[in-house]
Amino acid sequence: MKNRLVVSFPSISINESLARGITASFIMPLDPTVEELSDLRTAVSEAVTNAIIHGYGRTDGIVSMELEYDGCDVTVTVRDEGRGIENIELARKPFYTSMPDSERSGMGFSVMEAFTDGVDVQSALGQGTSVVLRKRIGNHECSL
Amino acid sequence: MKVTWKKHGATLRLRFSGELDHHSAADVRREIDGLLSDTAIGFIVFDLGGVTFMDSSGIGVILGRYRMIAARGGGMDIINASRQIERILRMAGVYTLCTQGGTVE
Ligand SMILES: Nc1ncnc2c1ncn2[C@@H]1O[C@H](COP(=O)(O)OP(=O)(O)OP(=O)(O)O)[C@@H](O)[C@H]1O
Ligand SMILES: [Mg+2]
Repeated sequence: MKNRLVVSFPSISINESLARGITASFIMPLDPTVEELSDLRTAVSEAVTNAIIHGYGRTDGIVSMELEYDGCDVTVTVRDEGRGIENIELARKPFYTSMPDSERSGMGFSVMEAFTDGVDVQSALGQGTSVVLRKRIGNHECSL
Repeated sequence: MKVTWKKHGATLRLRFSGELDHHSAADVRREIDGLLSDTAIGFIVFDLGGVTFMDSSGIGVILGRYRMIAARGGGMDIINASRQIERILRMAGVYTLCTQGGTVE
């Protein structure tokens, strides 16, 4: 079975939990384990939080999320049209943060990587960032 | 996210319940920092038993409070984290800063 959902919302922090809730509801038909569900919710939360605090910061913008599954393969793309990332390789390094004074730990990308099967990042300075999270939900039911 | 607390001598025990993310972090910080204005406090126990969700924003909250307490020569422990949260804390090396190494109570 294939399915797809596109949503967008303003870059306000209350929508971090909304994004997690939408993700959980969307993949529910795949009958994920508690751990798979929690892994994907966590990864999505990291990407959406980054879009809000780094992509837009003090400016307002729109965060969009595209969720898809094809059989057991789930893809969540989180996009912003914010400031963009200058050096993606550096940004993805564990403990790297451009905001150490705001109590950021620089672990967001590492958490996304640990909790999914693949993370792709595309970004252009001044244009925005898109983060693709891929995760295979292990239950055999969804391959039918 | 709700934080309830108890003081036992110099130890401040914080019990968290709910979701700890970037959105809830600001209030949690303010609340704990208010409690830490009591300079008699030299040790923090973070009881995460009631936390249903936490991401890297939670690491920032814990490490920020640890820096404050460490600056006055104190320490911290983290107890009752779920497996998922424990994994995140371990990735960030947070347990290595804990007095008891984050043993479950
Ligand atoms: N959507 C984005 N737009 C612009 N910059 C970003 C975006 N996402 C990440 N970054 C950059 O990549 C860095 C690393 O991101 P990561 O999520 O790993 O750490 P962090 O957000 O700084 O800290 P933490 O996630 O631990 O709170 C950020 O500090 C920021 O500079
Ligand atoms: Mg982050």
